[in-house]
Amino acid sequence: MTAAQLESSSASRLGMTALRGAMSYVLPFAVVAGLWQFASLFFPPFLFPSLVDVFARFVSIVTEWSQFVDVLATVLRILAGLAGAFLIGAVLAVLMARSRMIHDFLSPILTLFQGIPALSWVVFAIIWFHGIEPRIFFIMVMTTLPAFSFQVLSALRAMSRDLTEMVMSFRPSRSKLFTAMIIPAVLPDILTAWKVNLGNASRVVVVAELVGATGGVGYQLLQQQQVFDMAGALAWTLQLVVFVLIVQAILTLIENVAFRYRAASERTL
Amino acid sequence: MTSVTGMENCVISLDKVSKVFGKANSAGFYTAVDNLDLKVAQGQMLALLGKTGCGKSTIFNMIAGLTEPSEGRVTVSGHDPFREFDAFRGKMAIVFQGDRLLPWRTAIENVELGLEILGQSAKQRRSHAMSWLERLGLRGHEHDYPHALSGGMRQRVSIARAFATNANLLLCDEPFSALDEMTGKRLRTEFVKLVKENGKTAVFITHSINEALEIGDRIVVLKRPATIAIDIPLTSETRDDAKEAIRSRIQGALAA
Repeated sequence: MTAAQLESSSASRLGMTALRGAMSYVLPFAVVAGLWQFASLFFPPFLFPSLVDVFARFVSIVTEWSQFVDVLATVLRILAGLAGAFLIGAVLAVLMARSRMIHDFLSPILTLFQGIPALSWVVFAIIWFHGIEPRIFFIMVMTTLPAFSFQVLSALRAMSRDLTEMVMSFRPSRSKLFTAMIIPAVLPDILTAWKVNLGNASRVVVVAELVGATGGVGYQLLQQQQVFDMAGALAWTLQLVVFVLIVQAILTLIENVAFRYRAASERTL
Repeated sequence: MTSVTGMENCVISLDKVSKVFGKANSAGFYTAVDNLDLKVAQGQMLALLGKTGCGKSTIFNMIAGLTEPSEGRVTVSGHDPFREFDAFRGKMAIVFQGDRLLPWRTAIENVELGLEILGQSAKQRRSHAMSWLERLGLRGHEHDYPHALSGGMRQRVSIARAFATNANLLLCDEPFSALDEMTGKRLRTEFVKLVKENGKTAVFITHSINEALEIGDRIVVLKRPATIAIDIPLTSETRDDAKEAIRSRIQGALAA
């Protein structure tokens, strides 16, 4: 076989692989959507609304500011909660990595927090705080803090001792050690932690808004439930799903740019 | 125990240095270095030779300021490298056993690391790093990430990284041990040339007698726990004429 033939055959193989990949990604969603649409022909709209109705509601939420502001509120609550939990968690992780005593003191407390259900934090927040936003922020931080702390701690401990020693041999300042060694070394684990916690946070925020908020996706879901509007409930839920997918895509993009140094193997897992 | 004392222009001095690991009477307790006296003169190239586990790397880490001695005193240019850690910024460079390149940095960015820490401007450090890469035959590979370089090329990048800071003291921990014979020999020759040309003081750890004979102005053979078994100064005459006799002495000391 000539080089040109090999190249053409390799290109067509790549094209087929990409197509198969896209199909395998789309197919499960297409099957679920088809079954739903099929069910909508036989059941009343408050049980299985037509996908056309759901899509129309979805578009109206995105295009009408009075509704979209609720989506934005939820998005901001998720991001603020995650940012707060990450910052506090990173500080706690650094302290735990530096001191055995602090680790032995904080680790059981964080494990205890991890075992408390999100709904309990909602109840505590309602009792302890007056304002809606402090309540939701508190709930978001408390439910994601343990995971962030343990994930950052694990990333710090997994840092290569050889590489750290090499950087230290040049006698860097603390800030230089941080930017040249620590951040690049822990970044992959931090991005993974954000991806995992994003999913958790999007579920918790809805619970928090269901109980104590006067706006946001959770609050809107409660309104839809009270009028048995399934199309509305699905459209509001999809807003959150789309947000999670967008942020996940951004994190993946950051990964692709930040970790381009990694060797690519032709054989992957 | 043989020791070299009263040396003029002494750069490195270990006075009655001991290093123990673990708690006394515990299972993990052991003495890595025992009451060691060692001095290294300015411009000297000391080859530290010894069997695996004889404490070579512990001595190396104490001179580098990465480990504190349990007893005794280590000084480099009159200062304590562990307690006055930051005072040695730019004055000491290390070539490690593995290349220890940062995988997220390209070859040239790895060479620039020490220069960044020394606060050189981006333009200055780029041209300086590039000149070292060129000198070590890595032109055209400056933007390659470590995973795309061969073992020999990576080790050359790590040598360039050490030399780029223009430190007067070079510490090398078996830097060529992981390379094939031909590449190792070529890099050793390059390394000796660079050290001599630039008037550096170097401590070179090795477990190869040939490497020690090829590189050292002086060979110190260590026995376990790190104490000096023999201390042999080498001149160009003794290196060639008495090579076999020196080799036998070293082999005898290592076998003891």
